[in-house]
Amino acid sequence: MTMGGANRLGQGIEAMQGKASLTPSKGRKSPLRFGWWLIFWAGVLYFFLPLLGTFVFSMKSIPLFSAYVGVLQDPKFYGSLGYSFIVGIITIAVSIGLMVPTAFWVRLRMPRARPYVEFVTLMPFVIPPVVLVFGLISTYSHAPLPFTWTDMGSTALLTFGYVVLSFPYMYRAVDTGLRSMDVQSLTEAAQSLGAGWFRILFFVILPNLRVALLSGAFLTLAIVVGEFTMALFLARPAFGPYLANLGSTKPYEQAAVALISFGLTWIAMGFIALLGRGSRSRITVTGAH
Amino acid sequence: MPVNAQGAPKARPGRRRFSLTWLGLVPFLVFSTLFLLIPTFYLIVGSFLDSTGQFTLQNYAGLTKEIPLNAYKTSIEISLVTALAGGLFGFLMAYAVISAGPRRFRSGLMTFSGVASNFAGVPLALAFIFTIGRAGLLTGLLAGLGINPYDNGFSLYSKLGLEIVYFYFQLPLMILIIAPAIDGLKVEWREASENMGAQSWQFWRYVALPVLMPSLLGSMILLFGNAFGAQATAYQLTGGFINLVTILIGNQLTGDVLHNTGAGYALAMGMVGILAMTLIAYQFLQRRSERWLR
Repeated sequence: MTMGGANRLGQGIEAMQGKASLTPSKGRKSPLRFGWWLIFWAGVLYFFLPLLGTFVFSMKSIPLFSAYVGVLQDPKFYGSLGYSFIVGIITIAVSIGLMVPTAFWVRLRMPRARPYVEFVTLMPFVIPPVVLVFGLISTYSHAPLPFTWTDMGSTALLTFGYVVLSFPYMYRAVDTGLRSMDVQSLTEAAQSLGAGWFRILFFVILPNLRVALLSGAFLTLAIVVGEFTMALFLARPAFGPYLANLGSTKPYEQAAVALISFGLTWIAMGFIALLGRGSRSRITVTGAH
Repeated sequence: MPVNAQGAPKARPGRRRFSLTWLGLVPFLVFSTLFLLIPTFYLIVGSFLDSTGQFTLQNYAGLTKEIPLNAYKTSIEISLVTALAGGLFGFLMAYAVISAGPRRFRSGLMTFSGVASNFAGVPLALAFIFTIGRAGLLTGLLAGLGINPYDNGFSLYSKLGLEIVYFYFQLPLMILIIAPAIDGLKVEWREASENMGAQSWQFWRYVALPVLMPSLLGSMILLFGNAFGAQATAYQLTGGFINLVTILIGNQLTGDVLHNTGAGYALAMGMVGILAMTLIAYQFLQRRSERWLR
């Protein structure tokens, strides 16, 4: 079994090297090429080892797969994941509701406001989540707007904080999407047919932004579901703090949930890659670490 | 300010339309004022006030005390090291795959980088604890070979450990943002330099690196900011016991560890100041790199 595996691996390497020497790129020497491959495989190893380590640890729980069964029977798992998911959906809705009309209006009527709007949407790069939540709690833990006094208020504050975090890539996604269509003509055509602003935004602009918005939405979902810092300091029952606290009582389950969370990120990013095929615009911004 | 606000419309014809056009931005302005500008303003104002509400610069002077100063030093060091290492290896890896690897590897690498650069925070810290923590998989394997890293001074819960963990999201982020620049290196440039008798190192020294340099530096600056603002990963890995700026701000938020609210605000504003400088430098370099890489 091991022999066979090693043998097949050897054949694979031979095949690879054979292929490489058959198609030399512009006469480059093969030692250089070997160096590149070495770097590549070192990188692959570095990336998969922690996942393997997590998986092996989750399997130490006896009987086999009991950590996963335990997680799937834990109401807190569904509770926290559901909470983060709903917060994520509301974040996406608010973010799209704010960003689409704003970027549309800036492009159509207020090009002079562009630098200011861009400045505001870039601010989250300069204000990391821990500083933002610091500011939010300092501002809204007392009159006149005591958000943090109630659960509902804290959840609202968390959601609005996430909306702010989504500003940079959401605005850029919408703006790039708008650039690829003729906003002026579409708007004038719709207006000449008697459409109002709401109708134009909802039935003309929004459908044309489908790909950009869906990519932004999945990225937001991935970031919100994995976010820890803001949820921790606002004391919300979100997925991040749930995962962090699991270790003290259920270490194997914690490893299982960590892997599940990686799988969820995979799914979200897979959708983005799928949507991004064919379109030139790609959004590559990371979230809260 | 009021003079300006009233003066501007008069200078232009069609004052009425001007004021109505602004209405389209009101929802965005109200939202960002409430949940971004006012909270930031609150921290800025607070950082200049003492406990009695009087203006002071003492909060900023206090940043040179041992704990905040060391927090900044450690944060900056970790961000620098991981930005340089992640930038260098990310570039090599992206170049390896884009120029020498099979074409299908490229889209695979980009998708994986998208996932890995977002795989951060709590689950990332846990994955490393399970792998090279005290009882991790790799630690066990190495100990079996007689070279237990923990007997040789290594600890995952230290500065070096944190750097290894940060590298996990820094490297793929570098791959994502440097790939377009590598794509922009035209085959014609290499062919032209070869036709003129240039060696490989000459091509790199006089053509490729000068063209790539703004993108490389800009990307590394972005990586710096990315690590500098990270909190969750370090918090989970060390249980909040490493002295980073983000960790210190968190501790201040929950327990007023600096025993002075104003000092906490100043700490946060110092961080914002450093990140603002990195963003300005990034935008400058970005404009430089667009000259060649269209």
